[in-house]
Amino acid sequence: MPGAKVHWTGRDGDRYLMSDETKPDAPAPESSGGASEKPSRSSNAGDVAGAAKPVTPPGGATAGAPAVAKPAAAARPKPRPKPPPEPPTGPPDPAPPEDMALAPVVTAVQDAVPGAIQQVSYWVGDWTIIVATDRLLDVMGFLKDDEGTSFDYCSDVTAIDWPPRDKRFDVSYCLYSTRLRHRVRVKVRVGESDPVESVTGLWPAANWLEREVFDQFGINIVHHPDLRRILMPDEWQGFPQRKDYPLEGPGELLMESPQDWLRLRNLPDEAESSADTDESEIE
Amino acid sequence: MTLPAPRASATQFDTNELVINMGPQHPSTHGVLRVVLRLDGERVVDADCVIGYIHRGIEKLCENRDWTHIVLLTDRMDYVAAATNNLGYVEAVEKLMQVEVPRRARYIRTILAELQRIASHCLWLGTHAMDIGAMSVLMYAFRERELVLDLFEEMCGARLTYNSMRVGGLPLDVPPGWDTRARAFCDLMESKLDDYEMLLTNNRIWLQRTKNIGVISGDEAIGLGLCGPPLRGSGVSRDLRKDEPNAAYAEFDFDVPLGTHGDTYDRYLIRMEEFRQSIRIIRQGLDGIPEGPIMGKVPRLLKPPAGETYHAIESPKGELGYFLVSDGKSTNPYRFRVRPPSFCNLQGLKRLVTGHLVADVVALIGTIDIVLGEVDR
Repeated sequence: MPGAKVHWTGRDGDRYLMSDETKPDAPAPESSGGASEKPSRSSNAGDVAGAAKPVTPPGGATAGAPAVAKPAAAARPKPRPKPPPEPPTGPPDPAPPEDMALAPVVTAVQDAVPGAIQQVSYWVGDWTIIVATDRLLDVMGFLKDDEGTSFDYCSDVTAIDWPPRDKRFDVSYCLYSTRLRHRVRVKVRVGESDPVESVTGLWPAANWLEREVFDQFGINIVHHPDLRRILMPDEWQGFPQRKDYPLEGPGELLMESPQDWLRLRNLPDEAESSADTDESEIE
Repeated sequence: MTLPAPRASATQFDTNELVINMGPQHPSTHGVLRVVLRLDGERVVDADCVIGYIHRGIEKLCENRDWTHIVLLTDRMDYVAAATNNLGYVEAVEKLMQVEVPRRARYIRTILAELQRIASHCLWLGTHAMDIGAMSVLMYAFRERELVLDLFEEMCGARLTYNSMRVGGLPLDVPPGWDTRARAFCDLMESKLDDYEMLLTNNRIWLQRTKNIGVISGDEAIGLGLCGPPLRGSGVSRDLRKDEPNAAYAEFDFDVPLGTHGDTYDRYLIRMEEFRQSIRIIRQGLDGIPEGPIMGKVPRLLKPPAGETYHAIESPKGELGYFLVSDGKSTNPYRFRVRPPSFCNLQGLKRLVTGHLVADVVALIGTIDIVLGEVDR
């Protein structure tokens, strides 16, 4: 039963993907120049499966490639490398069903701040309204102060990264009313350097939550009283929660020479060889 | 411990102010929390929390793991209340997949969550009392916490990180005789609670160290995003077990204690009452535990349909929320976000300590009941 095993299929961009039974021995799509000098686990697995070498290459292969995959791959013709799955381009944000009445909160916002709502979404019981970035404070101010909505509690502020999209970030605010006991989610779509107004003036609770959004995603939050990194060190380069940030992190090179690291991030093919020369220079 | 307000001249000159680091290696910060205090004499003028010392990037890790593997990682956030973390996560995925969970599983989950609340509050009580100077309470509270851990060990084989729940139900049923031992624990715990209260509730030193310390009004607490006992201590009736009942809480009868003054002493009383309410819930659960399966119908490989959801439960620390986004294609979440209650409560520390003495900072860190594993993730 191949589905019982989990294979490391290699890298998709910078994300490790874990496959299921649909890809029993998919070779790694990795094509970096450093792979020949420093064979990574996944590229070894690809060699073994493809050319069916009798000699196991030293290191990595035993750890990475399961033993059962080898005879199966040798018996069959060479499997074509599967292209990595297309990254999703955005959230589905499904519209509420036709026969469903909009939540009173949504209609209240539609009446009070006309034109601000770009889209209304409903999924598994959660209402989401997507508003224009420049109308965010109007909508939020209304949601907080109006008697009929009275969202006095800011549960959560977070962001979602959809890199292929033009405005790649969704900033999402989960609001709650301690008086009326209902929830709503407000989202804005922003690009990499677009300003997002801070809602700290309305809910002081958003202070640290917005700091975390800035820290992890690098979203440009403006008029925040105290915008510093919060979870990462102050001198950290890069934004870890972005989808193009490597899962393993930048390694030690970042701490030694952040500028070099940034340069290498932009030139992924040269990354490993340059890293080697840097290390030798230091030594 | 009220002192006259600082003299005007004292606040005008920087030379009189002293900046000190409390932590990150300080026994009363309950982990690696660093608080940068600006002092005027003994009085705190300003405080800044520096966190992130044990940031492990759990959210990023979870975005690269199967939906089923993540249960294991949620244990590592609030590691003194691991079962509650499991519960919040599996319920969020169940909400996303619209899975029906058998009633027996929901009952056992509720019992586990309440046992976990007792264990978490035991740890809070012991350390909070020790920070303030009552050494012996720590020994007693940890003695009873061990009994809860024994029950968990019998249930799922681990004492701290349980990995005790699965999407759709539970991996294991309760072992035979477990309910009798859980019932015996409830009886024992009730008598021990009286012992704790005898040591602290009317203790003169305890009263002086906690009454009128860190007073916060209900409106201000809501604005600051406090949750759990710190919010209820200010008289705000908000308990997600009542407001948005998850697991089997809707079928149980229990009360939500509320404070009146919003000070450290009220927050202490609330948690002591929550012990008793938890015991009440556990007893009802053990009495009414239905027969039936413990796993619902879920596919072996989880692929929730594309969509997003936010699901929050009441952990011992407050509102523990999971915001999950599925892209519908891969077997891992596209976005995994935790709304950690300790993180949001710690944000209020600056407001609570300002104007108090350095010694009270220790009491106030204790009263908001943080776990740094959850703050930093």
